[in-house]
Amino acid sequence: MNVIVEREKGLLELEKRIAELRTANESQPVDMAPEISALEQKYQEILRDVFGSLTPWEKVNMARHPGRPTSLDYIGRLDRFDELHGDRHFRDDHAVVGGFALLHGRPVVVIGQQRGRDTKENLRRNFGMVTPEGYRKVNRLAKLASHLGLPIVTFVDTKGADPGISSEEHAQSEAIARCLYEFTIARVPIVATIVGEGGSGGALALAIADTVIMLEHSVYSVASPEGCAAILWGDSTKAEEAASRLKLTAQDLERFGIVDEVVPEPLGGAHRDSSGSVTRVLAAIDAALGRLKALGPQKLVEERYRKYRRLGVWQTERREPIETSS
Amino acid sequence: MPAPEWLRIRRSKEGGKSDAALWSKCPDCGDVLYRPELAENAYVCPKCDHHFRMSAYDRISTIVDGDFVEIGNDVLPGDPLEWVDRKTYPNKMQADREKSGLSEAVVCGFGTIANFDVALGVMDFHFRGGTMGTVVGERLALLFEAARQKKVPCIVFTASGGARMEEGMLALMQMAKTTATVTRFVEDGNFFVTVLTDPTTGGVSASFGFQADVIVAESKAMIGFAGRRVIEQTIRQKLPDQFQTAEFLLEKGHIDMVVGRRDLKATLVRLLEYAAGGRRESEKRA
Repeated sequence: MNVIVEREKGLLELEKRIAELRTANESQPVDMAPEISALEQKYQEILRDVFGSLTPWEKVNMARHPGRPTSLDYIGRLDRFDELHGDRHFRDDHAVVGGFALLHGRPVVVIGQQRGRDTKENLRRNFGMVTPEGYRKVNRLAKLASHLGLPIVTFVDTKGADPGISSEEHAQSEAIARCLYEFTIARVPIVATIVGEGGSGGALALAIADTVIMLEHSVYSVASPEGCAAILWGDSTKAEEAASRLKLTAQDLERFGIVDEVVPEPLGGAHRDSSGSVTRVLAAIDAALGRLKALGPQKLVEERYRKYRRLGVWQTERREPIETSS
Repeated sequence: MPAPEWLRIRRSKEGGKSDAALWSKCPDCGDVLYRPELAENAYVCPKCDHHFRMSAYDRISTIVDGDFVEIGNDVLPGDPLEWVDRKTYPNKMQADREKSGLSEAVVCGFGTIANFDVALGVMDFHFRGGTMGTVVGERLALLFEAARQKKVPCIVFTASGGARMEEGMLALMQMAKTTATVTRFVEDGNFFVTVLTDPTTGGVSASFGFQADVIVAESKAMIGFAGRRVIEQTIRQKLPDQFQTAEFLLEKGHIDMVVGRRDLKATLVRLLEYAAGGRRESEKRA
């Protein structure tokens, strides 16, 4: 059960009521405009009340909202997209979509994790959980981009890497480790956007980047809240508590220096204005690519190294912080 | 051979040994083993060949000859998330420090193995399950950077439950940090070996664990990405016993070799000999 979807139910009723009154108003002699306007005002108040400030757990649910724009909603709005398939070894993993594209006229290699938008698509896309074959496709496309000198644009949206038997048999660890390696040494600009849920190493495999963008209500976590609760307390139902401790919101991660830019969402979440949300995100990616263009390949790799080299918080024996991420 | 000075110092920190600590029961064959004898045998059960999990300093003493110069041991944990559950994170670590005699879950430094200078990183499961947080990442990063400067091979023994939950995303980012330093070390033509020991999973296996030139696994070690319980919950059935063992991974082609602990040092020496016979990338360019 998604807590955001539950909360929206009452609002949807109200929306319907306003729409009905509007239609009725057109064919009626009595002017109901004041009533409609009062209802609309109430609607906005409730919206602010319910969605004005979200807890970490509510954000987790927002990130998983079935109506939230997914990678393909962003990719579908690019000027052009030519999909490239497969890992060249075994299989084409549909939880990852990638290929050549034009973003605001700029040729790029785009790679996105894709969860399903309904049950049927979820089965085909394995709920956005990528298998080793998918990560090998990612790795191949990253190398291709580096080879051709094209920027890499990724969209991250996964609960985590696929934890199945065949994924273990096909070396999930190695597949992710290789992606981390290739993204670190890629001699082209990389911009990663966490559009929904960024789950653990399975998300990081697409998110070592020169610029990391997050949507306001996306989450990015060392483990899914359910996974964290299971690991620490042997009880995955304590996910809400885990979410409150993990510091997985865009605002927390910007403070830690893990995320470079947060793109605002409309009140109530990106899905309340999908088209506008996609436009804002693509503009942010384009702006980031514009800034990175000035850096040569060597400088890019060097700056990326420095960025990740310094991440962390620790102390020396003298109990003074010797390096922080800020 | 008498214990080297650094090891005597470390061992004296372990505190008073109770009588119970003198005996260990083998979890495989149930035999009760006299601990000093078990230590003589590299913590391998003389009866059934079960490999006990080793502490980092015991491991180092079985691998290096003579001196071991530790680096990064002044890098100590903070509490970036101000984590509290049943205990605070600093309290959890205090308990682990007392239990393991370690300041964090990895020991890094330099020593020699059969006249080869090497950089050595050894993870220890007894501290927070060998999980990788900020300090593990930073110490390993310092090790790879120093090894690259010195142009010496680097051997890392892994033992880890993955990323450390209590440090959240900063822990996950250590996968990126260690990878960054590995790429520079390897791309310069230096030799990188990992020895995967029981258990190696999650963020450690999915970063430097599987980025090495040669990947060795210790007999019967449990190695995988997802934990066994997670997979069983996902597929709702029990996994076969052999699943995710070193032997299973060898059969599937994920690792180069499986080696018993008592043959490990000799194997590493042979690997170092081969690597020393070639010419480095940097020299080829010169």
